Amino acid sequence: MKKHWIIAAALGMAVSLPALAQDKVKLVDVVELSGAGATAGTNWKNGIDLAVADINAKGGILGKQIEIVHYDTQTNPGNTRAAVQRAIDEGTYAVLGPVFSGPIGASMQIAQRAEIAQLVGGEAAGLTKQGNQYLFRTSLSQSAAMPKIAKYLKDTVKAGSVAVVWVNNDFGKGGRDAIIPELEKAGIKLAVDVSTEQGQADFAADAIKVKNSNADAIFVYLNEEESARFLRAAKQQGITKPMVGETTLLGAKVIELAGDAANGAKGHVGLSIDAPIPAFQEFGKKFQAKYNYASDHNGLKGYMAVYMVKWATEKQKKFDKKGVADTLRGATIKTSEEPGILIETTVEKNGDLDRESFLAEVKDGKQVITATLPKINP
Amino acid sequence: MAEFLAYLIAGIATGAIYALAAIGFTLVWQTSQTINFAQGEFVMLPAVLILLAIKLFGAPIWLGALIGIAAFILIFGVGFKLAVVDPMIRHGVLPLAIATMALSIIMKEGAKDGFSAEAQKFPSFVPTETISVFGAAISLQHVAIIAVAFAVIGLLQWFVGSTRLGRQMQATAQNPTVARILGIPVERMVLLTFVINAALAVVASVLISPIYLAKFSNGEVIGLFAFIAAIVGGFNQVRGALVGGLIVGIVDSMAAAYISTSYRLAVPLVLLVVVILVKPEGLMGRKEERRV
Repeated sequence: MKKHWIIAAALGMAVSLPALAQDKVKLVDVVELSGAGATAGTNWKNGIDLAVADINAKGGILGKQIEIVHYDTQTNPGNTRAAVQRAIDEGTYAVLGPVFSGPIGASMQIAQRAEIAQLVGGEAAGLTKQGNQYLFRTSLSQSAAMPKIAKYLKDTVKAGSVAVVWVNNDFGKGGRDAIIPELEKAGIKLAVDVSTEQGQADFAADAIKVKNSNADAIFVYLNEEESARFLRAAKQQGITKPMVGETTLLGAKVIELAGDAANGAKGHVGLSIDAPIPAFQEFGKKFQAKYNYASDHNGLKGYMAVYMVKWATEKQKKFDKKGVADTLRGATIKTSEEPGILIETTVEKNGDLDRESFLAEVKDGKQVITATLPKINP
Repeated sequence: MAEFLAYLIAGIATGAIYALAAIGFTLVWQTSQTINFAQGEFVMLPAVLILLAIKLFGAPIWLGALIGIAAFILIFGVGFKLAVVDPMIRHGVLPLAIATMALSIIMKEGAKDGFSAEAQKFPSFVPTETISVFGAAISLQHVAIIAVAFAVIGLLQWFVGSTRLGRQMQATAQNPTVARILGIPVERMVLLTFVINAALAVVASVLISPIYLAKFSNGEVIGLFAFIAAIVGGFNQVRGALVGGLIVGIVDSMAAAYISTSYRLAVPLVLLVVVILVKPEGLMGRKEERRV
């Protein structure tokens, strides 16, 4: 008799499983949880988890709970391609991630072929110049950020010459190729062009080279850990010239790792929990409470990526994978329509974003916002 | 001149770390005739264990350092010898070398999963200030690395060459059979060698981690460069490892400064090829003949 009950229960569960599955929408996050991109990827993942928890607590998307799955790419382009393909094979509604531009470039064609929206954290200018209608950024591109940096170097820092230190990957090369023409346009001389390697540990020689260039300012465009190592090496070499960067240099993780050496670093940030936007600050508090550390811009990017998917789905009033991309292209997401987007965001036709951004400086181990810059096309 | 001096000091400091790790290669080679491919991870792990001890026990830095160092020397000095070397050595040096490769992966992945995949700040025991020498700004951290590394290597040389225990270690390394006949406790000497290797790795780890930050993948580069240093200097000589480490460190720094950062990894490898072609026993090594 007992055996019959067990069989009946098992059959009952088997019948109810598809119903349970239908009550959920699956999102797969393909992200750098180890390797050189671990810092950025971990923040991105935690931001996504926070958004999913918030949305599910409020009833999900169109009544469906989000089922989130994270795959670690190990910051390896080959692994990223495999993970994106796996995500699509498993029926993901949209692909979230990765964050590093190189792995994005290597994997974006897979989601494009499947006509599934891919929301990424990469900033390399070239990503959205390839006509991929399914790729969407969650941050400003280098093309949008670098003119602001060059203007800042000229007008605020008053630099006549700048040393450019960049990491030799898609992110760094894209940034270097974007900033140098902007410096030329601003009449700023390139004092020295220093290429470094992803994952590089020893920056003593690079710091000495920069110091001896006698540049008025140093533009640092490295990933998080390398930024911290460079700042420490620069301090060891007694470099006192202004360190200027774009978002990464002023990130929470860089400040934590670089310690005192981060003080005085300046630059442009696309997203920051310290920005004078109440929704950003609220996100920062929730993130800190849940993970016991301060989120950097990648945490915000991950959070907003999920809300971009939610907004597009609710806008089209149905779950249509292809429709997510169609709805996002050219849209402006207002906080009044979707508070989870945190700041009014315009998605351009090519997948780039336009929104307000900020100038910041590190003071006493904290990022301080010094000015708010308007959207490029208000 | 000031610029060259700054590059030179930075290179010597990096080279001193490579030398400490390279000496570990030579010690293991001399006692077990094998290569410890986990040597880079031996330098990575103590910093991770120290931070872990601070995090787990809420210990102050000095206590965390003591716990981390003691745990490392016990597990990867004594434990490495008892659990990896002793069971594998009787099957030949190749299985042992492969076992150290496996150990390297286990240590790296263990540090990643058990601690963090992200780099972590490691406290510096020296102020991050600079001093001016002939117009060059020299980092106090680099000066401290050079001073401590040279002091430790000097102490090791004195211990091996001038103490009874050290000479027993030397005799064991040169000919364990004869050493046993002479009444030297060979097993204990071999164990002592592994403990010294672990202690040298701890010193290297504590010196370099404030600059490199504590991260599970740090051992990859350190292990590779220390291996090159040991071959360049001579695998069978402690002083060879010292010379090799310094040469590789200086070459690396000069390559980054005057050639290109992109090619800096290649330059020490070119040096390695040249040394193997011209003086295969290494710059300070002695020729060994074996009957096969």
